[in-house]
Amino acid sequence: MALSIEELVTGADAGNEPSPATLREMFRYMVLARALDERMWLLNRAGKAPFVISCQGHEAAQVGAAFALTRGKDFTLPYYRGLGTVLVMGMTPTEVMLALFARAADPNSGGRQMPAHYSSRKLKIITQSSPVGTQIVHAAGVGLAEKIKGGDAVVWTSFGEGTTSQGDFHEGINLAAVHRLPVIFQCENNEYAISVPQQQQMAVASVADRAPAYGIPGISVDGTDVLAVYEVTRRAVERARRGDGPTLIEARVVRLTAHSSDDNDRTYRSPRELKSLRLNDPVARFAAYLHEHELMSEAEEQELRAEIAAEVDAATAEAEAAPLPEPETLLKHVYAE
Amino acid sequence: MPEINLLEAIRQAIDEMMAEDPRIFVFGEDVGKRGGVFRVTEGLYDKYGPMRVIDSPLAESVIVGAAVGAAMNETRPIAEIQFADFIAPAFNQLVQEAARIHYRSNGDWCVPMVVRTPYGGGIHGALYHSQSIEAIFAHIPGLKVVAPSTPYDAKGLLKSAIEDNNPVLFLEHKKTYRLIKGQVPEHDYRVPIGPADIKRPGEDLSVYAYGLMLHYCLEAAQTLAAEGVSVEVVDLRTLRPLDVETVLASARRTGKALVVHEDNLTGGFGGEVAALIAEHAFEHLDGPVMRLGGPDVPAMPFAKSLEDAFMPNPQKIADAMRKLAAY
Repeated sequence: MALSIEELVTGADAGNEPSPATLREMFRYMVLARALDERMWLLNRAGKAPFVISCQGHEAAQVGAAFALTRGKDFTLPYYRGLGTVLVMGMTPTEVMLALFARAADPNSGGRQMPAHYSSRKLKIITQSSPVGTQIVHAAGVGLAEKIKGGDAVVWTSFGEGTTSQGDFHEGINLAAVHRLPVIFQCENNEYAISVPQQQQMAVASVADRAPAYGIPGISVDGTDVLAVYEVTRRAVERARRGDGPTLIEARVVRLTAHSSDDNDRTYRSPRELKSLRLNDPVARFAAYLHEHELMSEAEEQELRAEIAAEVDAATAEAEAAPLPEPETLLKHVYAE
Repeated sequence: MPEINLLEAIRQAIDEMMAEDPRIFVFGEDVGKRGGVFRVTEGLYDKYGPMRVIDSPLAESVIVGAAVGAAMNETRPIAEIQFADFIAPAFNQLVQEAARIHYRSNGDWCVPMVVRTPYGGGIHGALYHSQSIEAIFAHIPGLKVVAPSTPYDAKGLLKSAIEDNNPVLFLEHKKTYRLIKGQVPEHDYRVPIGPADIKRPGEDLSVYAYGLMLHYCLEAAQTLAAEGVSVEVVDLRTLRPLDVETVLASARRTGKALVVHEDNLTGGFGGEVAALIAEHAFEHLDGPVMRLGGPDVPAMPFAKSLEDAFMPNPQKIADAMRKLAAY
């Protein structure tokens, strides 16, 4: 499938509005991320997948940002909600499902990690762990190496607003700022760290407010608007590639699900709040935009959704049928050769 | 062969490796113009410039964490933690990240990185400039832990560590930096990570040590020789992966084993060595496997009287040797 990412970043029309084909491609990835995510919850509730953690509500923030990056060149360090990110960077639905079922062929970890701990050296997606924020200092380090090597790859990392309370958030951004490293820090602020709301996490209104303290630009953007996120990220990428240093982006999103399949958000979110979340659904919002601008008809949307449903079915079936890792592989890869 | 001290051997290893491989860089507090608080990296900033000898912000988690990231982007960082006592804020990055990355990515990513740090006491460093940290990190699969005791070993092992595709914690006993001198060949050589080295062959009992304690054990062995007791002194050199074969072979030969370290006794590395000998060399033993370590107090105090009371020394070690020899 031909993507427009490279063309957007390196083409003569860089800086202009994405083409209609690109917009439809963005939509496709958002719908794909949503469809895979919803299927994972069904599989969890059916007892087939022990654990699911969602990207639902974050799709525009992730797809918009990833479209501003260059696949195969730029590094991503996406946190556990980054399904939309990794799909755009090249991970396939089958690979996502292989991780869900912890199959041997899972390219993220060979079934060693929980789902959504993304990794692929081929795709320059750097392996993630569960303690939050650890990837922020890695991102600074990848950027530092890029500067030492004299390369022009950009490093993009994501995390939630709760993670901004971690020391690694401060240490990583500070290092990147001091050395003007080519790193983009995207905070996907869904206002909850599991059950703890933003106002108990920080005394500032926006995570982007912290950027001036590091001497770097901070931008708060509506993270349910895929084009807005694309545009701010595109500028951050240009800045980084020019050698002007890092940018902190706060993408304000909604968390449409509980924290994970083991959480129940009805214990800390009001019924009214839960009901209102869908009013900010980024996928519905972008569908409406495409219809309004006559870039996609209802029939085309239905056709796309049917195609994606079939793709998700096929990925699920293939992954479920794939073998588990052999027990004797437990001892492999403790040390590299 | 020229004689140099342990600190110069480490500097030479870094310098010679950096001259050969542009992917190698040094990253830590005060490593640049100042050349490190112990002067290990002295002269390297002028030689290699600010993008290869980088003064880090004063933050240990990002020193190790950024090195982890850099190692995944085709460079080979040598991170320095100024004192081993300050490594705690980087514990998560070293243990949960560096050590687990190859395993958790099913062999896809690796972290070719060295974390150098001065450890150990006897230099009036008090609680927070004297600690021994080896046991905590030697517990972690995925990390390699190296603790050389001579300039020759330090240079050869550090070169091996820099070339290794795994995270290596390189422990430098700070009291040995200038105290311990030795011959180091001018030609390029390596000491492989893993093998232990018998620094003094003997017949009556085996003593296992590393770092400063290795030298104290050699001194004590000399004393015991005058008393007619032949002591074999085994320098472990690498704590993980441990050279189990050499450890066991020595114990089987002499029938008696004593492990000496400066770290506090309970849960110390000596426990692991003692357990291995007890489990696999039991039939050959003529006495209990003994340990001599620092006392179980939180860390080494500042006052000379208290520091001396904490530190194992040649006299204390000789006493332990006599006790075991007489068993």
